[in-house]
Parts: sequence; C-alpha cells; structure tokens
Amino acid sequence: MDLTFDAKAEVRDLSFHYGSVVALKHIDLRVASHEVTALIGPSGCGKTTLLRCFNRMHDLYPGSRYEGAIRLQPDGTDLLDPAIDPIEARLRIGMVFQKPNPFPKSIFDNVAFGLRVQGEKRSAILAERVEQALRAAALWNEVKDRLHASALTLSGGQQQRLCIARSLATEPEMLLFDEPTSALDPAATASIEELITALKQRMTVLLVTHNMQQAGRVSKYTAFLHAGELIEFGETDQMFTRPQKKQTENYITGRFG
Amino acid sequence: MNPQAHVHHRILHGEHRRDAVFALVGLLVMLVIMWVLAALFVRLVVDGAGHLDLAFLLSYPSRHADQAGILAAWVGSILVLLVTAFAAVPLGVAAGIYLEEYAQRGRWSSMLEISIGNLAGVPSIVYGLLALGLLVQGMHLGQSILSAGLTLAMLILPMVIVSTREALRSVSVDLREASLALGASRWQTVWHHVLPQAMPGILTGVILGLSRAIGETAPVIVIGALSFLSFLPAAPISATPPFVNLDWLYSPFTVLPIQVFHWISRPNPDFHANAAAAGVVLVVLNLAMNAVALFIRQRARRRQFG
Repeated sequence: MDLTFDAKAEVRDLSFHYGSVVALKHIDLRVASHEVTALIGPSGCGKTTLLRCFNRMHDLYPGSRYEGAIRLQPDGTDLLDPAIDPIEARLRIGMVFQKPNPFPKSIFDNVAFGLRVQGEKRSAILAERVEQALRAAALWNEVKDRLHASALTLSGGQQQRLCIARSLATEPEMLLFDEPTSALDPAATASIEELITALKQRMTVLLVTHNMQQAGRVSKYTAFLHAGELIEFGETDQMFTRPQKKQTENYITGRFG
Repeated sequence: MNPQAHVHHRILHGEHRRDAVFALVGLLVMLVIMWVLAALFVRLVVDGAGHLDLAFLLSYPSRHADQAGILAAWVGSILVLLVTAFAAVPLGVAAGIYLEEYAQRGRWSSMLEISIGNLAGVPSIVYGLLALGLLVQGMHLGQSILSAGLTLAMLILPMVIVSTREALRSVSVDLREASLALGASRWQTVWHHVLPQAMPGILTGVILGLSRAIGETAPVIVIGALSFLSFLPAAPISATPPFVNLDWLYSPFTVLPIQVFHWISRPNPDFHANAAAAGVVLVVLNLAMNAVALFIRQRARRRQFG
C-alpha cells in the first residue's frame, strides 16, 4: 500500500493519560495535508481524545498528561511541548464540536469573536472577514440580512455551519471536527459533509465520526482506533473494501462497535 | 382488558393518586407561607397606615410621635447600602471568579471553601464586634456610614461569593470550550462569555445579600448607629469641582431597623405605630430591590434569545 503524501501533522508515539487511565497508547499517525482524514472506531476507543490532543483541549482539565509529540508542519512545532502555549495550538488549529455550540450572541459577533480575541478592532476588516467566513461556510446567503440577530434563532444545521464559519474566520491551518453531524438531520448532515469536502482546498481536516458511510463519503484516509490503539491506517477506499486487520474488518462489517 | 394491562392500570392509578396528594400538600405549604407573609405585612400596614405620609418620610425624629419621621433613617439606609454594594460586589464577584475559574483544586482551595461556608454561618453580631474593633477603633473610621457599610459588606460577602460561584458553575462546558478552542484566553472566555451568562444568577445573589443587609440591626447597633439623628450627611454631589464630595462617608448615621427598634422600645403606643409605618417602608424597599433583581434577570434572558 502506497501512503506517500505530504503530512500536515505527524503524531509520534503519542500516549495520553487521564489520571490513572491510559486513554491513548503509542499512537503514530500522519495527517495528510489538504485532505480529509477520518478517525473511526467504537465508542470509547479514544478517537475524540486523540482529536482533542491536537488543540490541547485536555489542558483545561486537571490530571491529563501527554507523552510523545504531534509535529505540525511545515515548521515542525511540537504541539504537545509544554513550552508551547495551548492558545498558539488553538490559533493554528480550529475545532468544531459534536453539538452546535454558538455563543448566545449575534451571528456577526459569533464569527468575529476569534478575530477580536486576536486584537482586531477595525470594523471594516471585521465585516469583510466575517462575510468571507460565512461565504466559505455556505451560510452567507441565509443570514446576510440578519447578521445582528441572535445565533440561537438559527436551525441546528445553520448553527453548525455558523460554528464552522466561526472557526474559519481566523484562517487556521487545520480544522478538527468532532462528530459534527451527530446532532443533525439528514439534510443538514449532507450540507455539512459537502462543506467539509470543499474545505480541504483551504486547509487540512481531521474528522471524528461514528458513521462509516460518512467517513466513506468525505475522507481520503481513515484511521481505525480501538481501545486506545491505532489498529489500522490507510486510504479510505482500501480500508473499507480490503481491510488488513481482522478487527478493522469486524468493525466495518458491523460485527461490533 | 388483558391481565397485564390491568396491572399497568392499577400501577398508574396509584401513581396518579400519589401525584395528586403531593400537589395538594405543596399547595397547602404554599398557602401557609403566603398567609404568614400576608398577615405580617397587613398587620404592619394596619398599625402604621395612619402615620404613613409624605411628612413621615421627610421629617427627622421628634419627641412627639405625630411629628416624628424617618428621613435620616431611610437616607442612612440607602447610603450604607451603597457603601456595602461598592465594597462587597467587586470583592465577592472577583473572589468567586478566582475560586471557580482559576484556583487549582486542592487542599488550599478546599480550606478556603470551608472558611467561606463558615463565614456565612457566623452570627451577625459577631461581625459587629469585629467591625467595632477593626474598623471603628483600629482603623479609626469612627461610628460612620463607611464603618457600617463595610461591616455589612463583610456580612454579605460569603453570600455574594457563593452565589457567584454557583452562577459560574451553571454555565455550560460547551460554551467555555467553544471560546477556548478559538484561541481565547481564560480571562477572555470568562469576560466575554461566562460572566454575561452568569450575570443574572450573580445579580440575584447580590440583591438577596443586599436585602439581608438592609434589614440587619445587631451589627449596626454594636458599631454605634445613633437612634436620634436630626441632620443628613453632607450631600455626595456638590456644585463646585470636583463635584463629588465624600464627607458623607464619615458622617454619623442611623438606619431604618434601628429607628424601628428605638421606637418600639418606647412606652408611648403612638411611637409603636411609627415603628409599624417605618417597618412598611423597610418591607417596601426590600420588595423594590427584589423587583429590580427580577427585572434585570428578565431583561438579560430576553436579550439572549432576542
């Protein structure tokens, strides 16, 4: 199997401890630049835990400990280096959560927040970047006449696209999706998947999903995790048709998970 | 009806009856509480209504019951409360934010937590004694509005801290993570998202604290509230620069509960009617504060979903 590609991020011998629990064991993974990589596996396999290592979300909770490295290319910065401010990791890598979680503020303020946090105060630039982000998230036409309405007036699917726009506004190099459609209906899911597919031209995407069809539809590469270990990694098409490991085959064919 | 449906029917019937009984008990408890409150208030109004007029609000105390008023007392109450709010709110909210958002969980923070809980349980007269030694004598603040305000601030500080923490804790993890994932710092997250969400809860705690402070009698007696005061403190605003005058802080004072206490302890029954009238004013002030709290909370909620 030929897996030569430019890696945007390289996970090297990553283990993650939460208190006395070992949630991830010696993970090695390369995330292809400007592609969608899916993380699949049964509940509790560690896929979300792995995703949240990239933007150091675990730092918010006491008792978490990383071992190993995640090197972000092209500069090779180790995101897990204690000397790296987690804020730097989060500025370079955005995240979209499982449940749409817009701020209870206006649509405009939601998208502008990341820019304002970085100190952008000029209203012309804010307006321009907000529009760009909303267009990129395929939401502009639906909300351009009510940018100052509360984000909570949007539908679930629109809220999730708003959350994507919010992450896009600061132009991160990579975007993490944590089961972004699990709270949405099929139509909204389709629009989010379409968006994710389009996004890879701008950035690298890492997608956690429990939905195998979704992984098949949007991702170029897939990593299968089980019990905190990376069992198999490869091109999505290959893995779904000719899995190399018995465990992967069992999961994909629905025998467990 | 098959046997199983019959069993279901019996179970459901029993549950419904239990619901009904509980609802009835709840209603009774509520009625008793409302009755007690209404009885208290009506009694006050009946006793005091004859004296309750504009002149009563605008007169100083007097040896003659029908000429005596509560001007010095209600002005004093409001000024003392102002000092209390200015001292207790920033300090209490800041302490709540620190404990909830910044402090590492550990022995030190649990000790702090227990101390704050204990402070909330200390009898108010003990705060009065502390203030007498520390503020009035130790810091030479005298028997002044400033001393009284700071004393009551100490008294309600634990309430403000605890309600701030509870309000902060009720803000969802989703919201915090959304902000932090965008590269916001802890402070930016607290300031832009967590505090606005928690504000209605914090305000409720603050106003409940202040309405406790306005009714406190014991600690202000200890630090030397006057029971007969026939002048007002210096006006806080002046016509000449710097326009703000802080002399009122050091002025001697009385407050409404002290006035009530003083009148009720006099033998002449006419003064008892005055006490009832002053009591009505106190209760109305209290209700007004609660109404303001309610208004602010409603508005905050409307703005969120507007």
